[in-house]
Amino acid sequence: MLAKRIIPCLDVRDGKVVKGVNFEGIKEVGDPVECAYEYNLQGADEIVFYDITASHEGRGVILDVVRETAKKVFVPLTVGGGIATVDDIRDTLRAGADKVSVNSQAVKNPQLIKDGADIFGSQCICVGVDAKAISPNKWTVYINGGRIDMKIDLIDWVKKCEQLGAGEICLNSIDTDGVRGGFDIPMLKAVVDAVKIPVIASGGAGKLGDFADAFIKTDCSAALAASLFHFKELTVGQVKDDCRSKGITVR
Amino acid sequence: MIAIIDYGAGNIFSVKNALDYLGFDSILTRDVSEIKSADALILPGVGAFPAAMKMLVDSGLVDTIKEQAKQKPFLGICLGMQLLFEKSYEFEECKGLSLVQGYVDKITEPGLVIPHMGWNKLEFSQHSPLLNGLGNDEYVYFVHSYKAFCNDETLFAFCDYGSRVPAVVGDGKFVFGSQFHPEKSGETGLKILKNFVLMSR
Repeated sequence: MLAKRIIPCLDVRDGKVVKGVNFEGIKEVGDPVECAYEYNLQGADEIVFYDITASHEGRGVILDVVRETAKKVFVPLTVGGGIATVDDIRDTLRAGADKVSVNSQAVKNPQLIKDGADIFGSQCICVGVDAKAISPNKWTVYINGGRIDMKIDLIDWVKKCEQLGAGEICLNSIDTDGVRGGFDIPMLKAVVDAVKIPVIASGGAGKLGDFADAFIKTDCSAALAASLFHFKELTVGQVKDDCRSKGITVR
Repeated sequence: MIAIIDYGAGNIFSVKNALDYLGFDSILTRDVSEIKSADALILPGVGAFPAAMKMLVDSGLVDTIKEQAKQKPFLGICLGMQLLFEKSYEFEECKGLSLVQGYVDKITEPGLVIPHMGWNKLEFSQHSPLLNGLGNDEYVYFVHSYKAFCNDETLFAFCDYGSRVPAVVGDGKFVFGSQFHPEKSGETGLKILKNFVLMSR
């Protein structure tokens, strides 16, 4: 049986793992290659690097991080953040990433999903979606790190992503992100029901039971968290033990 | 020396990274003499069957591959495994390398999330040197929407996803195929790659 995936995410800026609230007070907290290696030892099913490098010149650095990680970590690697063109996708995959996560740029230019899927295969095109509720069971899609409401209906958008060839959706709820009260179950359920492709839950994990909760209440394929793992409040292994004890299949 | 056949498809660097990590020499090549002198061959691949087969044909390597696969350990990975079969129905009927009996078609069981993406548990159906030393709880990483349809003689391991999904196939001699990515399957995958290389010694 297919195992539910637990995915730690590392926010990377200029080649360093960073953590901060919004973009204020960001502090460097580690070396991404070492962090990825540690997560690998804990049993991470995949590792996501989210590149928040502000400058264009800094873009090459994340590729070096991927290249070095790919030499010693043998689980799938995904890179998101700032990927805007087919060339960006190609460069990222060539550096050793297995998937790219496209977000704002895909909303601005949906053809990027189709071109990426046609050239490199759907399996490597994950669409990251940031969304926020406007009323119960209705959400709209945001871009630029949750700052701009595009007034696009979430369900219409994820269906369109699937149709364009996306291999996976990483769904981040702006309402629950950072609140640490658990994943956004209603939003997650609505998206999982709308598409056939795998959906990753993101945003809101604050305690051990939140992961199992998402898997019990929805058919999502994976759950992602950043700070919880990063600040060593929980290990991937602890999350998996909790899921296992509740009858959820994990690796 | 292991030759990883570079015909333009797939994340070939990951396979090389894994072999480097294990301490085995390998080259990425499409050179006929290098392929002929290698101790073992790996055929990687991701993407669509017809496009990959066309790239293989255009690279002029089909005859060399068929001939070499009868003489030395040969491993097809993911789409590289699917290419070993007689034909595929991905988009259109397309001939494969015909090194293993069977064909490739869409995973169609209703209600399944497609692609079959993630870690699934290996179930063993026959002994194979490729699977030496593996335990009963080994997960490997899959990502595919099409699967092999083959007979019991060519099937060595499978996983459960709506129905039996062939995971390790082979001709019983030199040819092996893995639907999953051993180079992305953690310690289990590295063990399988090591087993493969050791067969060439």
